[in-house]
Amino acid sequence: MTASDVVFILLAGFLPMAWFAHRLGKNRAVALGGADNMHSQPGHYGWYAVLGLALPALGVAVVGAILSLTGVYHVPAIMLVTAALVVSAAGLSLALRFMRADLPARNIVESSIIWGLRLASMISILTTVGILLSVIIEAIEFFKIVGFWNFLTGTEWNPDTAFLAGAGRGHEDVAQAHFGSVPIFAGTFMITLIAMFVAIPIGLYAAIFMSEYASRPVRGWLKPALEVLAGIPTVVYGFFAAITISPLVVQTAAFFGLAADATNALAPGIVMGVMIIPFISSLSDDVLMAVPQSLREGSLAMGVTKAETIRHIVILAALPGIISASLLGVSRAVGETMIVVMAAGLRPNLTWNPLEGMTTVTVRIVDALTGDQEFNSPLTQSAFGLGLVLLVLTMILNLISLTVIRRFRLKYE
Amino acid sequence: MSNIDLTPSIRRRYRAEQRFKVYCMSAVAFALLFLAFFFIDLVSRGWPALEQAQLQTEVSYSETVKAGHYRKAIDKSLQKIASRGWLRTLPLYLRQHPDRVGDKEVMWITADASVDQYLKGHQSNLKEKQRKLVDRLYSEGRIRLGFNWDFFTRGDSKLPELAGIHSAIVGTVYVLFLTMIFALPIGVMTAIYLEEFAPDNRLIRMIEVNINNLAAIPSIMFGLLGLAIFINFFGVPRSSALVGGLTLSLMTLPVIIISARAALKAVPDSIREGALGVGASPWQALWYHILPVAMPGILTGSIIGLAQAMGETAPLIIVGMLAYIPDEPSSVFEATTVLPAQIFTWAGEPLRAYAERTAAGILVLLAVLLSLNGLAIWLRRRFERSW
Repeated sequence: MTASDVVFILLAGFLPMAWFAHRLGKNRAVALGGADNMHSQPGHYGWYAVLGLALPALGVAVVGAILSLTGVYHVPAIMLVTAALVVSAAGLSLALRFMRADLPARNIVESSIIWGLRLASMISILTTVGILLSVIIEAIEFFKIVGFWNFLTGTEWNPDTAFLAGAGRGHEDVAQAHFGSVPIFAGTFMITLIAMFVAIPIGLYAAIFMSEYASRPVRGWLKPALEVLAGIPTVVYGFFAAITISPLVVQTAAFFGLAADATNALAPGIVMGVMIIPFISSLSDDVLMAVPQSLREGSLAMGVTKAETIRHIVILAALPGIISASLLGVSRAVGETMIVVMAAGLRPNLTWNPLEGMTTVTVRIVDALTGDQEFNSPLTQSAFGLGLVLLVLTMILNLISLTVIRRFRLKYE
Repeated sequence: MSNIDLTPSIRRRYRAEQRFKVYCMSAVAFALLFLAFFFIDLVSRGWPALEQAQLQTEVSYSETVKAGHYRKAIDKSLQKIASRGWLRTLPLYLRQHPDRVGDKEVMWITADASVDQYLKGHQSNLKEKQRKLVDRLYSEGRIRLGFNWDFFTRGDSKLPELAGIHSAIVGTVYVLFLTMIFALPIGVMTAIYLEEFAPDNRLIRMIEVNINNLAAIPSIMFGLLGLAIFINFFGVPRSSALVGGLTLSLMTLPVIIISARAALKAVPDSIREGALGVGASPWQALWYHILPVAMPGILTGSIIGLAQAMGETAPLIIVGMLAYIPDEPSSVFEATTVLPAQIFTWAGEPLRAYAERTAAGILVLLAVLLSLNGLAIWLRRRFERSW
């Protein structure tokens, strides 16, 4: 019996049993006196009986899962199913026995539902904890080998011989593996910078056009049209950057007498910038629209032109929102993966020239985790080290952006 | 107003006014032109893959073919220009249908990828002798460019003329189904709790900040979570639809929670108070009165989350869904590939025939995504209510 069989038996067996329990509870409630002198409706007693059936079975499943996962005892599937059946039958009969006319079934059922909702809302916390734990535990292993300071300040990333250490041949006379992350972060920084050079001006001007100049119907179709740009999958942008924009960049550079690599940093940067335009334009449009009309009218009444009003009054009033939108855009760009994996190249390269190929944090993470390396080799673990820094960086950006937005809202409501 | 009244400084300010407006309009024009260029470029690259060179010939189902000498099935002169991959399927076909042994049949079969590229006017490694043969057969009407059904009915292949998106589409359906099974109930439950029942305390505020933060975390982080927790700790099979679905559901969760909360918040308080006023419990007010009204909004948000998950590649690559997987999965525990991962794999292939198929796969993906988003917009317009 495989795991899928167990899941199937539990689900297929549970639904008819739950229906049966519901009928039993309801019928018993009617027999006890019907709706007139009971505390709750008969249906509530039905659900109360279902709870009596389901909760013990759920408990057995959780205990079984914990025992197997922690490796204390691997519960055989047939035993698990039998135990669940016995316990839920006992739970159902107990629930029916305790049923009386004054039993507050509705309150019991509703508070269980709310407990269920409360548990569900914990999943998002668990997800964050899971991400932190999975990254930190492996990263610590990695930093034990490489050293946190070497990792942060080293300027050479050359992990190609790291597999020898994993194979027990670390002492052999080969070049030492280097895990200096500076060139990788420099590449991320460079491509993010290019993307922001595209996204912030265009996104901001587009937002100003939508909120200040465009008529309502134009704005009505323009905003969704720009948001199409954000809905396109990044793997598609990556293909487009690699196969269309990169050759264009090379040709343009050759026209000006410059040499550009086939995998240059400019192509993924530009495409990433276009992808981020709608994030900035939509958010900025919202905050520009939220600027009180009286500010604009006051300025125009003083004889200030519309452009001057926008530049000196409206944008200043909306500045916190615009900054927060731009920070979110930066966080997107830093963590963007597919575009750079497909168009930016693998070579760690410490340079200011955007026409050369360079690599980014996300590219190295993907590269380290898609090879056929052992899971506990330093190369694989380096992905989690890079992931930790990336996570901390984006979380800080997000939190600053969220606080800026909240401060801004307090000011205007 | 006549120009005579304008001092030079006012004229300068009016010119600046005009310039500013032009900047704004050119920003919008740039974005829209990019979008147009993007779609035209992809369509022109992907369109040719919908046609595939086919070859009309007599196929003989002999014992020799059944024994494995599949090239003998067609005339010797055509063996170089027919698809070897297609011929290779013949022995298996004959073993499954023994009654056909000895038959002969004139039919259209798939031609080699080099013939296909040659006919479409691209670079091809076809030899001069065969080029002449192809030209002659083409003018006789025995080679044609027909609609490429194989692209939609076959899985991945190492031979470009046989590579299709069928198994990737089946995999995508598996993964998205699991994603919705996990993310939709948990997301809506979280939204209901936070919006309707949660007290205003430090823990709840932390959950709210946490959800907004999760929505902005790079998607690749969810891949690292899937690898470390689901695969290495819980022992979910690598590359399976299950691990992909679990990973994507955690990624989609914040999107669903945020949109479901917005939908619940949009329901006016009068409905809630009316229900409570006639003696409904908070749960009854929610279940019978608020949730039905908020449902279209929740649905719209879920469809948008689904579309986002459908195009996501990075976390799935990390949990191993980019392996070469030619067959469709038969259960959620088996190695599966999805459409974006298939596109990524093909994009890395050096042969030009794959680039064409990559773009065609992208067109299919974009068509599905645009219709999902269109559906969401239609739903929102259809059920939008003003209170």
